[in-house]
Amino acid sequence: MFITRKAEFSASHVCRLPSWGEDENRRVFGTGSNPNGHGHNYVVEVTVEGSPDPLTGMIMDLKDLKQILEEEIVEPMDHRFLNHEVKPFDRVIPTAENVAAEIWRRMDQRLRNPSARLFRVRLFETPDLYVDVVRDGAGS
Amino acid sequence: MTTRVTRLYRFSASHRLHSARFSEDENTRLYGKCNNPFGHGHNYVLEVTAEGPVDRGTGLILRLAELDRLVRDRVLNLFEDRNINLDVPQFRDLVPTTENIAKVISDLLREYWESYVSGASRLVRVHVQETDRNGFEIWVRSEAAKIDTQSEREKVVV
Repeated sequence: MFITRKAEFSASHVCRLPSWGEDENRRVFGTGSNPNGHGHNYVVEVTVEGSPDPLTGMIMDLKDLKQILEEEIVEPMDHRFLNHEVKPFDRVIPTAENVAAEIWRRMDQRLRNPSARLFRVRLFETPDLYVDVVRDGAGS
Repeated sequence: MTTRVTRLYRFSASHRLHSARFSEDENTRLYGKCNNPFGHGHNYVLEVTAEGPVDRGTGLILRLAELDRLVRDRVLNLFEDRNINLDVPQFRDLVPTTENIAKVISDLLREYWESYVSGASRLVRVHVQETDRNGFEIWVRSEAAKIDTQSEREKVVV
């Protein structure tokens, strides 16, 4: 069984490789490479897999999941410029793929209970673009 | 860890569900309002999902501009503001249910994927939302790289 909790944060980022010229950056990252950055209202959905505890009827306490999301994702990333203020994006390009992977890493290390483990991170960069990070091969 | 990227596109089109294999009565019974003779329209939402390694240099699975060009050239140009029954050649003898629309779109994307999208990503999923309440999706298995083997390897989830 799965439970999903959603959170939102607004942040700015820029996607460009310093070693590339302007043309190459524009070709690969489009306007996302504009040097001074731009922002998104990111929406993140975190899905936890497990079986409900027979006593409580819960996979995990959703308050705890909310708290972890707050501490690991929203507090450090909300209203920040990811490249300048949130590690590892000082050296890793904060594409939606990489931001989703970092959210997975942060959440996974806080969800160590084998009966309630991280199953999927879905990150919406815009309502029309999202990235999923899932346990190997899951979902297909 | 598996990483997938999903992009949404929109197109508006009309269709009529009607099969020449059935009588008028059977068509009415089977398709209900969707069989009304002059057709009707929807604002379709198409989701295209790709899976692949995240390039270590760029942090990308694929270049969105390339995917956008593929979908625009090969899908949206075909369907946007069209009567699917009359204007889209693939539906000359095929009922334009959203199941079939998803299948046709998935076939088109697979056929042209490599000529538009560079790198190691591959198409894994096509989802077509007909209305807020009806969505249809096809998962494309990795073994099914060849179009002639696709039908038995895909599952359609309604």
